[in-house]
Amino acid sequence: MTVPAMLRDAGLAALVALALALPVVGIRTVDTGAVLGLDYRFGWVAIAVGIVFGGRLTALLLYDRLPRGPRRIRTKGLAGRSRTLVRYAAVAFIVFAAALPQLPFSDRYVVDTATQVLIYVMLGWGLNVVVGLAGLLDLGYVAFYAVGAYSYALLAKNFGLSFWECLPLAGAFAAFFGILLGFPVLRLRGDYLAIVTLGFGEMIRILLINWTTLTGGPNGLTSIPRPDFFGLAFTRSPAAGETAFHEFFGLAFSTQHRITFLYYLILILALVTGWAVERMRRLPVGRAWEALREDEIACQSLGINRTTTKLTAFAIGASFGGFAGSFFATRQGFISPESFTFIESATILAIVVLGGMGSQVGVVLAATVLVLLPEVFRDLAHYRMMVFGLAMVLIMVWRPTGFVTQRTPTVRLSDFTPDPGAAR
Amino acid sequence: MEYFLQQAINGLTLGAIYGLIAIGYTMVYGIIGMINFAHGEVFMIGSFLTVIFITVLGSLGIHPTFTIIALVLLLVIPFTGVWGWSIERAAYRPLRGSFRLAPLISAIGMSIFLQNLVQFLQGARNKPIPVVVPGGFTLVESDGFPVQVRWLQIVIVVMTVALMIGLTTLIHRTRFGRAQRACEQDMKMAMLLGIDVNRTISATFVLGAGLAGIAGVMVAYYYNVVNFYDGFLAGLKAFTAAVLGGIGSVPGAMLGGLLLGLIEAMWSAYFSIEYKDFAAFSILVLVLIFRPTGILGRPEIEKV
Repeated sequence: MTVPAMLRDAGLAALVALALALPVVGIRTVDTGAVLGLDYRFGWVAIAVGIVFGGRLTALLLYDRLPRGPRRIRTKGLAGRSRTLVRYAAVAFIVFAAALPQLPFSDRYVVDTATQVLIYVMLGWGLNVVVGLAGLLDLGYVAFYAVGAYSYALLAKNFGLSFWECLPLAGAFAAFFGILLGFPVLRLRGDYLAIVTLGFGEMIRILLINWTTLTGGPNGLTSIPRPDFFGLAFTRSPAAGETAFHEFFGLAFSTQHRITFLYYLILILALVTGWAVERMRRLPVGRAWEALREDEIACQSLGINRTTTKLTAFAIGASFGGFAGSFFATRQGFISPESFTFIESATILAIVVLGGMGSQVGVVLAATVLVLLPEVFRDLAHYRMMVFGLAMVLIMVWRPTGFVTQRTPTVRLSDFTPDPGAAR
Repeated sequence: MEYFLQQAINGLTLGAIYGLIAIGYTMVYGIIGMINFAHGEVFMIGSFLTVIFITVLGSLGIHPTFTIIALVLLLVIPFTGVWGWSIERAAYRPLRGSFRLAPLISAIGMSIFLQNLVQFLQGARNKPIPVVVPGGFTLVESDGFPVQVRWLQIVIVVMTVALMIGLTTLIHRTRFGRAQRACEQDMKMAMLLGIDVNRTISATFVLGAGLAGIAGVMVAYYYNVVNFYDGFLAGLKAFTAAVLGGIGSVPGAMLGGLLLGLIEAMWSAYFSIEYKDFAAFSILVLVLIFRPTGILGRPEIEKV
């Protein structure tokens, strides 16, 4: 491309940017009593157009220098090159995570934030089974999270069951919902599945809002029982005949105890999830998931039952969502449909996509970044979702494999390079 | 009976709007086999542009008359068209030939981005706009229950019918339509025969976005209030309509839209208004289970 041609191309891009920005950026309607007022910001438009012109020109100039070739998804990545490195990183992460509440700089805020990160890690690992391994795009994952949270809250409140009794039940309920949804729709093509799961997530939320007698409607459920430590409650003054945690261990009462306990609880839950997923990948069903992701028709020809294989992925992913949900309920002590919107599903999906679909380590990285960034840059919290959305697009365009590349099937023939781009 | 008639009229209006948005989904799906998840946001941007233009015209002392309505419509269509073109160019075209879920994930990201961008740029509050087409007439009246038809409802339905006729002609009679149908059947072959596939796909996006823009204008006039999250639900419903009618089929999208609008209106009238979205999504699931090709769709043959 010659320089004038580049200039023309960049000029056209700038023109498009002008058309996009002029009304939407340049003119802002503001509330001024009965009639909307106007606020003109043509300076912003000029900046936007300038950025597009400059960006396009730079991109063209750089692109011209690059060697041309067909775009390929890299299948050999971090995982292929250095599994041991990943293993060391995982061990280091676990040691760090286990030591975190005891470290000098950690206070209530640090532990709370870390708990938040771990919830998303767990959800990410759960969704990774469905999206990353089995290649089924689930846009309603939050529904299973909600099912887990509400089943814990309702069981604990109405039947007095403890957290540990409820946990498997919540997982089972979520898995049941997963099967209930999956059974009819899993025969569908990938994109249909995505939309149906999205619809399902919304249906669950509508149900939670409107079924007031059971779920408390938009007000949600309050005073959900908190978990105890093998029968020892985390309260200052326990009920008659009970012993509190601090009394049993002869410590001074501190609210920090419960927070630390909750942190270790989610750490263990998350680690169990990660371990289970890692093991399952190596089982026949796990291999079938990955094979199904790469080529459905080939799988069918080899006698893999598409429906049951997908259904197991769906149910297992859902049950991890359910576990995380009951932890969420017991940690917050309060849940409402507000916590289970599509944005939440999108956040979890963003974690899986940014982390590199199928990668366990990537999920940890992505969850940490996505939770910590808005915490560190408070001002950015507003633009969090905007950045998520943009990041999802850019990751797909530039690096469809995410932070950590791991599209390598767990088992593979030694000198066979699959090209997922070809097997569409 | 009068109540039923009134609901049918309301449902038809709503259905016409769903149909207009659904056409965008169905055409894009037909040509490149992806769900343009961001399509609902284009519709929402159309609504916002309406608010902006009406307010600008109002501040210039021009008050809504029939000419203004038409003028706003003519202004909004090209702008949403540019949005549609840009979305395709930036988020979908680079992904052709990538793995199967990549365009869909990109589309979801685009949708989230646009929604929050508009919230950031225009604020999170509801934007009110004045009534631009006031009045209506009473169709029949019995037992003190008047069946009313708003002029705007007539405008919406007539416009939709006219657009459908225009679009059908465009697809069946013009060079672009022929290219588009060729790409739909076999993109590689069309390319070999000298059809500019990229341009055809872009044009399809522009067309779909233009129709979504028209729907956005109509919704802004109809409900007199606009919000940045309107696109999400409307997009989902329109997608349901497209599936119901048979995805890939333009008349099917219109039919699906009308049916969905009617079902929703009747459900709200006779069952419960709280569960009307629930009903819409149930329809989506049921159609996909029992008749995945929809009413007018062709069965999809999976090839290796």
